Amino acid sequence: MSDFLSPNLVVFAATIAAAFLSFYLGTGRVRKQAIASQTKSHSLNQYYGFYVSLWVLVPAILLALIWMFAADPMLTSAAKARMLAAYPNLPDSFLNLKMAQLVNIAAGYIKAPDAVMAAQADLLRAAQASADRARSLTLAAVMCIGFFYAFRRVSPELRARVLCEAFLRRLFFLSAVVAILTTIGIVASLLFEAVRFFREVSLFDFFFGTHWSPMTALRPGDAAAADEFVAGSTGSFGMVPVMAGTLLVAVIAMAVAVPIGLFSAIYTSEFASRRVRNIVKPTLEVLAGVPTVVYGFFAALTAAPFFRDLGLFVGLDVSSQSALAAGGVMGIMIIPFISSLSDDVITAVPQSLRDGAYGLGSTRGETIIRVVLPAAFPGLVGAFLLAISRAIGETMIVVMAAGVAANMTINPLESVTTVTVQIVMLLTGDNEFDSVKTLSAFALGMTLFVITLLLNVAALTASRRLGQRYE
Amino acid sequence: MNNPIEMIQPDAKTQARFEKIAQGLKKRHAASRRLKTYGIMAIVTAISFLAILLTTIISNGYTAIQQTELQIALTIPAEKLQNDDGTIDPVKARNFNWNGLIKKAFRAEFSDVTAMLDQRALGEILSKNAGYDLRRQIEAKGSIPVGEIKLWIKTSDDVDMLMKGRLDRNLDESQRRLSDQQIGWIDSLVADDRIRLVFNDTFFTAADSREPESAGVLGATVGSAMALFVTVLLALPLAVMTAVYLEYFAPPGRVTDFIEVNINNLAAVPSIVFGLLGLAVFLGFFGMPRSAPLVGGMVLALMTLPTIIIATRASIRAVPTSIRDAALGLGASRMQAAIDHILPLAAPGILTGTIIGIAQALGETAPLIMIGMVAFIVDVPATLTDPATALPVQIYIWSDSAERAFYERSSLAIMVLLTFLITMNISAVLLRRKFEKKW
Amino acid sequence: MDTVVDMAKAIKIQAKDVNVFYGEKQALNNVSIDIEDRSVTAFIGPSGCGKSTFLRCFNRMNDVIPSCRVKGSIMMGDVDVNSPQTDPVLLRARIGMVFQKPNPFPKTIFENVAYGPRIHGLAQSKTELDDMVEDSLKKAGLWGEVADRLADQATGLSGGQQQRLCIARAIAVGPDVLLMDEPCSALDPIATSVIEELISELQQRFTILIVTHSMQQAARVSQKTAYFHLGTLVEYGDTKDVFTLPKNEQTEAYISGKIG
Repeated sequence: MSDFLSPNLVVFAATIAAAFLSFYLGTGRVRKQAIASQTKSHSLNQYYGFYVSLWVLVPAILLALIWMFAADPMLTSAAKARMLAAYPNLPDSFLNLKMAQLVNIAAGYIKAPDAVMAAQADLLRAAQASADRARSLTLAAVMCIGFFYAFRRVSPELRARVLCEAFLRRLFFLSAVVAILTTIGIVASLLFEAVRFFREVSLFDFFFGTHWSPMTALRPGDAAAADEFVAGSTGSFGMVPVMAGTLLVAVIAMAVAVPIGLFSAIYTSEFASRRVRNIVKPTLEVLAGVPTVVYGFFAALTAAPFFRDLGLFVGLDVSSQSALAAGGVMGIMIIPFISSLSDDVITAVPQSLRDGAYGLGSTRGETIIRVVLPAAFPGLVGAFLLAISRAIGETMIVVMAAGVAANMTINPLESVTTVTVQIVMLLTGDNEFDSVKTLSAFALGMTLFVITLLLNVAALTASRRLGQRYE
Repeated sequence: MNNPIEMIQPDAKTQARFEKIAQGLKKRHAASRRLKTYGIMAIVTAISFLAILLTTIISNGYTAIQQTELQIALTIPAEKLQNDDGTIDPVKARNFNWNGLIKKAFRAEFSDVTAMLDQRALGEILSKNAGYDLRRQIEAKGSIPVGEIKLWIKTSDDVDMLMKGRLDRNLDESQRRLSDQQIGWIDSLVADDRIRLVFNDTFFTAADSREPESAGVLGATVGSAMALFVTVLLALPLAVMTAVYLEYFAPPGRVTDFIEVNINNLAAVPSIVFGLLGLAVFLGFFGMPRSAPLVGGMVLALMTLPTIIIATRASIRAVPTSIRDAALGLGASRMQAAIDHILPLAAPGILTGTIIGIAQALGETAPLIMIGMVAFIVDVPATLTDPATALPVQIYIWSDSAERAFYERSSLAIMVLLTFLITMNISAVLLRRKFEKKW
Repeated sequence: MDTVVDMAKAIKIQAKDVNVFYGEKQALNNVSIDIEDRSVTAFIGPSGCGKSTFLRCFNRMNDVIPSCRVKGSIMMGDVDVNSPQTDPVLLRARIGMVFQKPNPFPKTIFENVAYGPRIHGLAQSKTELDDMVEDSLKKAGLWGEVADRLADQATGLSGGQQQRLCIARAIAVGPDVLLMDEPCSALDPIATSVIEELISELQQRFTILIVTHSMQQAARVSQKTAYFHLGTLVEYGDTKDVFTLPKNEQTEAYISGKIG
């Protein structure tokens, strides 16, 4: 994988050329046969070309993919065995470092520090070269077999179009399955690592523990921390304060976004003229298009200092990473989300209900408050649930503007941390991939995924109820 | 019929009821107006947030478009750099102490500064990369100027901040990054017209650096472009095939429902979860390289896939069934109808959806952090597997830096990012308008 | 009913030279009409003739449509309907309206009927409100069917019941005029005949204007009939005259089924 392009590019170009060639050969063969036997071929000539080139391409691509995932690890393990022979008594972690170095030397990125390494690198290079040769030969063989199989079957009676379309349909189905595979991939990877985590830390301690400090718990070299490690190896992974912080930030965000978003939606859908609506709605959408990192930047470097200074001015102690700044800016981010979803929901309320209300002598306000909003209520709930899900899963704003320490507080002026912040903290920097610390990030990720999934399903159910009411 | 006629009036009881209603009207209309006012206030608030956001970023970032330079007179010792035939020896050039040359020349102009500490303070006015920049300049030129030359070299970021008015002179000296003495020197240089602000081309031609004056967004932009290239390459065909399958071939049933539920749910999964997927599956399981745009693009592709699928399905559905029926009626197979007739007509809609999906991917940060595209990388990536960072991640990295000058550059990088996003969105809107058909 | 011919009833509403425009398009042309008190007046004519538009002029429901402009005068007693001084909210409290499709609010049956009295502040106490709801439901002939399930969702009622609920909802405000815009077009024949009977009963208390597609319905329920064609009022008179001895050729063509 390391040098992806150079030899691969040649193989790639050759494969493409082979595919084109077989297309023309296949087309030519059916044309000749049709003339010779004076029959009309079942499909258009080009389908016979496609048929042959599919038989050349598809097995070759499958083989190349398998090779990609099988050959590299084999090469690596062979090289590792050689390294182990060359450097007996080397601890495992050092050997891994040396291996990384070796790969870089073989690729020509760095110079070999000594003769042993140089020799090993040469061996690796030679092994890679012969593997590449072997791959090219195998590919060529597979393509030839595929070609001759398909080419000999080409005849005017062959239902080439049907076969090609059946292939395409299967391909289309497979690409639709990618969505399922992605979900399975998410669930499997999160679950797999989370299960490993829960072998070290009990479920109960994780979900109900009130102390979260993964960093201090796993610094075994430090004497004080070692004590804590022994004493608190279970207590340090209690996610309650992290979850509390997440909820605090989300609640602040919703407190900003719901009134502003909802009233904006009421105005654009019920009061505004078409012209005003056509200006205001896209303008609000701009807020939705701003990347979250920009909001994070704004929260950390403008909003947080502003709230701190404001606090100083009125004599309040506001943390420079206050939940208020992160949540408030997150609320701004969510405004267009709520306003546009609510606008859709409110607009979907049938005009006949409004007519009914006006016909009874309601003012516009009464029509909205007493008839339209109650009718839209399930849809609005759905929109709010989606917004909460968005707030809980939002990462960059809190990474940049919220704290790292897990404080259990409901005071918005203090610093709190969130699930996403902890995931980023635990998985960036130089951590061993397999430590309990990194595994805990996946347990948090699993929790986050489940919570957002439940919220999304609930939102969908709520808005479906609205749909059923007025079809 | 048009003669005025005595009309009947409601009876007294009814009349009394109407009067009662009339009495309450003023209050009710006021309540209605109040609701409207709340709506206007909400919109004004939201739009002012947008305005505040944009103005703070622009007012913080526009100064980064310029860089402070300082004029120095120095002589480059050609004999120490050249081979016998007069060409520049690359090894000699690399080993030569360029910084020392510049510092010496600069100190020579302040002959009264003799104390070690003061001389160091004087050196702090210059960029730490001044020597490196000069070397690259000479190497690019291929010849060494003879005799004393006057050069414009970059100042350190602190001087840059002072010149742009972003360093408060009135602050107590201990709180300031430049001492009174240093400010005095700078002022005298300004008085001599030896300090100037010029267009900061480094910002657009360099990758990251420890020194703000040498840092640029090119590396991150190329990293983003590479990742997005992979994203489009993967997501667009997959999305189109999926959409065609679901609209044309999917048999109604559990499997199809399950696919639809999955697509809808993936659209609402937090982006960081896709990062975790990339970390565990692409890096952990398949052993792909860390920090690579290839992997970044793959993760972003999975993330934007639902968006593009949904947009593609909508534009396929917008093509009237009469066209499909006409194709089928002429003897085309379903596949031919879909590929030859429907997809070309749906193409503008698909393209619009793709651009919007890609714009969303361009602004995404968290999943890229998860797969290690957050590293400090000083080279512009050349291949898809080179370590790289992306534009939004670069903004994140810089905004985390202590230097005031990085804050400014971060803001300018945001402006660059927003420019890309606005361009993409406007082209999507224009595309939609141009090809919008009313069937 | 035999004496009706002799005694002309008092005039409740007088419309003069009413013109309605949708943007550039003129939908109604100089329509003038006198509406009799406590009688049923039917507006008939082919679709698109402007009869519904005209009906919506009486309680200014056309205000809701942004591009719509109404000119001319409509006087109801001393109330000038189209005057800017006239509050449409009060006007609509005085003139109830029932729509083409039953449109109960997504609330309980009780809340639907109580809606009008609540917003207008007509009931001083809960018992008074209960009485008003009961009274309106009785007048709309629905009380017997819903008395024991007032707390159920109104959307659970059948179409005919929903439409009678909408009538009860309109009556509860205490108007003296009722506008009905094809109230039976979404109902089955049985529900339709129930509503028609109800209209005949309500006629004793209210002035009713009804737009209908069905000439039979107009003949069955109304005393006066107005025939509209392409935005003009072609013929207006006693229902039995219009149907038996139409003065105008177009009216004759329409009621004999030649156009429609």
